[in-house]
Amino acid sequence: METTLDPDRQATASAAILPGAIDCDVHPEPPQMAELLPYLDTYLRESVVQRGIGALHSTAYPLNAPITVREDWRGPTGAAQSLDRMRRDLFDGLGVGTAILNPLYGLQLLMEEQMAAGFATGLNTFTAREWLDPEPRLRASIVVPMQNPAMSVAEIERWAGDPRFVQVLLLVMGEMPLGKRYYWPIYEAAAAHDLPVAIHAGSMYRYGTTGLGWPSFHAQDYAGNAMAFQAALASLVCEGVFSMFPKLRVVLSESGFSWLPAFLWRMDKFWHGLRMEVPWVDRRPAEIVAEHVRFTLQPLDAPPTAADTERLIAHTGSEDLLLFSTDYPHWQFDGTRAVPSGLSAPLVRRMMIDTPRATYPRLREKPA
Amino acid sequence: MNIETQTRPEAANRVRTGIADCDIHPSPRNFEAEVYPFLERRWQELIASYGMVQRIGFQGGTQYPKGQPRASRRDSFPPGGGGPGSDLDFMRRQHLDPHDVELGVLIPLRVGQAIQNMDLAVAICAAMNDWQIAEWTSKEPRLKGSILTAYQDAAASAREIERHAGTSDFVQVAMLSRTPEPMGNRQYWPIYEAAAAAGLPVGVHAFGYGGTPVTGSGWPSYYIEDMMAHSQSCQSLITSMVFEGVFERIPGFRLVIVEGGIAWLPALAWRLDAIWSKNRLELAQCKRPPSEYIRESIWLTSQPIEEPDDRKQLLDVIEWIGWDRVLYASDYPHWDFDDPDLVLPVSLTRQQKDGFFRDNAFRLYGLE
Repeated sequence: METTLDPDRQATASAAILPGAIDCDVHPEPPQMAELLPYLDTYLRESVVQRGIGALHSTAYPLNAPITVREDWRGPTGAAQSLDRMRRDLFDGLGVGTAILNPLYGLQLLMEEQMAAGFATGLNTFTAREWLDPEPRLRASIVVPMQNPAMSVAEIERWAGDPRFVQVLLLVMGEMPLGKRYYWPIYEAAAAHDLPVAIHAGSMYRYGTTGLGWPSFHAQDYAGNAMAFQAALASLVCEGVFSMFPKLRVVLSESGFSWLPAFLWRMDKFWHGLRMEVPWVDRRPAEIVAEHVRFTLQPLDAPPTAADTERLIAHTGSEDLLLFSTDYPHWQFDGTRAVPSGLSAPLVRRMMIDTPRATYPRLREKPA
Repeated sequence: MNIETQTRPEAANRVRTGIADCDIHPSPRNFEAEVYPFLERRWQELIASYGMVQRIGFQGGTQYPKGQPRASRRDSFPPGGGGPGSDLDFMRRQHLDPHDVELGVLIPLRVGQAIQNMDLAVAICAAMNDWQIAEWTSKEPRLKGSILTAYQDAAASAREIERHAGTSDFVQVAMLSRTPEPMGNRQYWPIYEAAAAAGLPVGVHAFGYGGTPVTGSGWPSYYIEDMMAHSQSCQSLITSMVFEGVFERIPGFRLVIVEGGIAWLPALAWRLDAIWSKNRLELAQCKRPPSEYIRESIWLTSQPIEEPDDRKQLLDVIEWIGWDRVLYASDYPHWDFDDPDLVLPVSLTRQQKDGFFRDNAFRLYGLE
């Protein structure tokens, strides 16, 4: 497999990705069950063996689908090999300084909440031992069993003392819209520990992922995430989550953001007409989003030209919304072109360094 | 950008200046008196006993209470009695005359299309189509109807389209956006084929009760979220139609998105292009970049138009969509009516104004 990067593109990359850049959405290879077993509690471990439970790989990212792993970033499975590839491709190849791991493992899809909680603890332990311990440039998200908010809170408490865990991870499509009171204990715990909540593409698959039933194609499922993010953001705002938890920060991850201006224009308009229904939304939704919500860069879903991208960024009304991300190893760009043209130098600096630091308090401290 | 222009030397001498309003909602003043004459006795008795049940819990309709009585302008209730949109003379006085509406496209809502009892749904749609002729289009030449279809029975819908093909009373086929299955699915294709054969576009109006939660994450709490979700439903249905190959396989098929907003379309096209380019293997039916099908075959009505603080940003968006693809609509008599004098409060070129307010619609509906 071709792994050496084109030297011309490397030159572009070093210009584009700043030293110390923080990559806010990176995916470790989902573990095989054999890798995870040592980190599961005894009962769950025996259940897995006796019941023949296979790896919990979500259909959201079919293992061999083009988007799941870029062709030149593929290789043998296993955490150690996968970490080696990440060092080569992401840290050495692209020049990323620090990367936040968002483990995408299908434990949220289980119908049984207790089993999901066991897998979450096992997965987070696996992440700490197999990824964070050997690689000091990595940070990670706390994966929680979103089937049960109380169990999710317990998982947050379990890891909050480890400064390498910098945020809480939810999937964008759950059992109900994410702003509902059902989920508030998660936001309360996250805010109490100054942990942002990352809402990532993906589904618990309780409902068809399109909002109009079940899709025919993986491509349709993946496209549907953008609509799901719009619904989740509307829910968080309308239910008053940010009024209730004023310290809470939410990071929409792998959400795309080119839909955001149209969404906010529409929502501000409806808020003017219907705010009597949600009186706790005491400001324009666009202001609430600007204060509390951030978006990872990839996939950008960018317009065809740099000039259009500039206009799109202007439409968002802020240079503080974006967090740099490569979405490694998902195939969102070719070569080293992680940063699209059309972003100003100050914006690039903000999204790579300043905004991540402002968003993740734990990145400001150097862990021991 | 990609504005299609057509030189029309006769335009300078044109004396007609009226606008086209592509979304007006008439309703029967008295359902029994006006619609029962077109319904067999057995359907009348069935309705009297069981009502017209849709995939929704309340007998009267939505489980999201509206923001205003009948979701209508408070000044739209005719002084002589009856509901908003039920009195042709009052509609003339309040809307058609003062706003110089030369073409008004009628889309009856609230009744017919999403009824669960299929035979009843087919009968009601046929009756409502006859009612449009009897009460509206035969009395007022400025008004044109939409052929309502019981779209869960595609064969019956195709027959209903054929029944009215070639008559001057109807300018499009109507569906609602929240179909039980994604709108590109094969079950709906006979409708699209019949519409294309009749030379009629399919106007998909926001709303409908497909029974599927409007988000991939279950049901939101508030009417404002339900309103927001219309644009997501429209994004989902376009995704489905493009990826399933509807535009590729049915030549002449034209889609009009009604009351879903407009500004989200460019971002969707960019996203679908990016996803399509990586998933050609499973998207064999979609032979060209999605943005090309969208640019060629999709029109959008303007209301409720997005309102950025800097209104010029809306012009960027319309430029991305194509100035020849956006159609003015008021949504009369509903509460979120967009006044033609205020809908685009920025300076437009004569050509942009003519296209937006009239020429695009007359051309689309073959009324030049």
